[in-house]
Amino acid sequence: MSAEPILTVNNLNVKFNLRGKVLHAIRDISLTVYEGESLAIVGESGSGKSVFTKTFMGLLDANGYIESGDIIYKGTNLAKIKKEKEFIKIRGKEIAMVLQDPMTSLNPLKTIGSQIAEAIKMHQGLKGDALKAATIEILKDVGITEPERRYKQYPHEFSGGMRQRVVIAIAVACRPKILICDEPTTALDVTIQAQILKLLKDLKKKFDLTTIYITHDLGVVANVADRIAVMYAGDIVEIGKSEEIFYDPKHPYTWALLSSLPQLGIKGEDLYSIKGTPPNLFQPIKGDAFAPRNPLALKIDFIKRPPYFSVSGTHKARTWLLDERAPRVEPPEHIKMLKAQGGSYNG
Amino acid sequence: MAEMTKITNEKLVEVNHISVTFGERKHKFVAVDDVSFDIYKGETFGLVGESGSGKTTIGRSIIRIHPVSQGEIKFHGQIISGNIDKELDRELTGKIQMIFQDPMASLNERAKVDYIVSEGLYSREHKMTEAERKEKVAKALQDVGLLPEFASRFPHEFSGGQRQRIGIARALIMEPEFIIADEPISALDVSIRAQVLNLLSDLQKKKGLTYLFIAHDLSVMRFIADRIAVIHKGKIVELAQTEKLFANPLHPYTKALLSAIPQPDPIAEKKKKLLIYDPSVHDYDKDLPSWMEIEPEHYIYANKREAEEYRKELKKKQDQKGV
Repeated sequence: MSAEPILTVNNLNVKFNLRGKVLHAIRDISLTVYEGESLAIVGESGSGKSVFTKTFMGLLDANGYIESGDIIYKGTNLAKIKKEKEFIKIRGKEIAMVLQDPMTSLNPLKTIGSQIAEAIKMHQGLKGDALKAATIEILKDVGITEPERRYKQYPHEFSGGMRQRVVIAIAVACRPKILICDEPTTALDVTIQAQILKLLKDLKKKFDLTTIYITHDLGVVANVADRIAVMYAGDIVEIGKSEEIFYDPKHPYTWALLSSLPQLGIKGEDLYSIKGTPPNLFQPIKGDAFAPRNPLALKIDFIKRPPYFSVSGTHKARTWLLDERAPRVEPPEHIKMLKAQGGSYNG
Repeated sequence: MAEMTKITNEKLVEVNHISVTFGERKHKFVAVDDVSFDIYKGETFGLVGESGSGKTTIGRSIIRIHPVSQGEIKFHGQIISGNIDKELDRELTGKIQMIFQDPMASLNERAKVDYIVSEGLYSREHKMTEAERKEKVAKALQDVGLLPEFASRFPHEFSGGQRQRIGIARALIMEPEFIIADEPISALDVSIRAQVLNLLSDLQKKKGLTYLFIAHDLSVMRFIADRIAVIHKGKIVELAQTEKLFANPLHPYTKALLSAIPQPDPIAEKKKKLLIYDPSVHDYDKDLPSWMEIEPEHYIYANKREAEEYRKELKKKQDQKGV
């Protein structure tokens, strides 16, 4: 992993107008994405993880807007772009996206080949036989057998996993620098899911991609992520290297997310579950957004928003528990188990 | 093994050599091919397979949505597949209930929770008074951890987890003995999954329910199921107690499924070798496969040569344990 930043987000605030009310979806996020890394953004539905990455491509819904903050990509501030035209230069060519559901993200009336060719033609300006050859090449790259025959087929002739491969082919066909994968495997079977993740890893190496995964399932990202950012209520509450998040998490919300994984459940006992519901983002949030659901919350959690506390050079978390004045709190049993697993790793 | 006590030896559901086919002659498609298993009263029986493997079809033929083309299904020792009389049919409608995958799609958007939950009661023979019905709805909602006041609301006012609870309440109000849960948590967030899984096992303890739990995710299965059957392309390839299946998986397809479970452990994940199942490893031309018991309570679909290899593998594992 090189340490060159490729995308820098500073104090981003995104809001939505909904039925006369204002929803504060992204609450002052700063994040640096480094070139060549694989970053996972993890959070529940409604945490703002998709909205956050949509701002990189100017894909916010019409009622959403960036209130303040910068998104710097190659010297351009994406947050300040107003015209669709300028975004077209970024979308696909610089930053591409793979969406969750391969059933809906392909056009059912066009052949697989023509849908991939369309992207290549637009971004690389190829024509005729060269275009077809490039398309077949990319089909091979994403692991589709008999690409010449498959080229002429329609999406309905493909299985879910194959379709997702096609969607990925379209995304990488434009040779983007950053590939955003929004829940790329959620709609797929477990065995296919593992294969698609492996494919994404291989493509990342082959095309020198920087990848950003968005998912609600922490279990999936252990395999693919170099770094993990945990989002809650429009904010990154903890970020660190994959090992740091799994073996030495610090934020109570990360603890809760990890503890509720069925992989860690013990049969016959209740699985850990997070009480309550995420906060209402129509209302201003006071203190730590997770405090009302956090059995370990301190008094100050309800009053003042915690700043980031550094755990290591690469690991920081927004929780008062890390303040030196805070009482020492033992992480839950499940987290200790994970720590033991990572035995050889000292965080 | 304390939790094993809840399982009795009484067979609640018996599935004997059923096949389910769709279409006719040229377009015939065998979705379920000669499948047999028993579900004991009080247990959670897991059925794992990929999409298209026929796992949902099996569930649906038990609840009589799909007719079986061969074989029979028994409930309490009584045949319930094929033509049955009206009285039995009506009785079964209450006794066997289903919970669906997608709580967004399985609830009527235009009906209030009150109606959604009690819809099944309207078709019951003896009509109940409005007060009785209301009381039952309130009780069912409380059972799944919702407030009785929610009865007057519409589905869109609820979150995904709450909607799934409404779906469960709708099943519970019929006072079933047996619930078929078809991917009940796949569409939910991780944190909500835990709540729904806990609710299901809680209800099982309180009401002595028996579950057929259908899913594609083995990590969830390990947590909830007592026994697991692995299905591939309409055939059950392996069946065993959960821990046994995880400790000694034998069929290559089961092994592939197990290898694909994502682990919350980056170091182990990065070293992991993914097994991919290739059906051509089976040489079934001369040596025909059959459904056999390879060790007590552990069934597998294999031919003679494979069975021998599996036995060797088991022995090797036991020897290793002995050392």
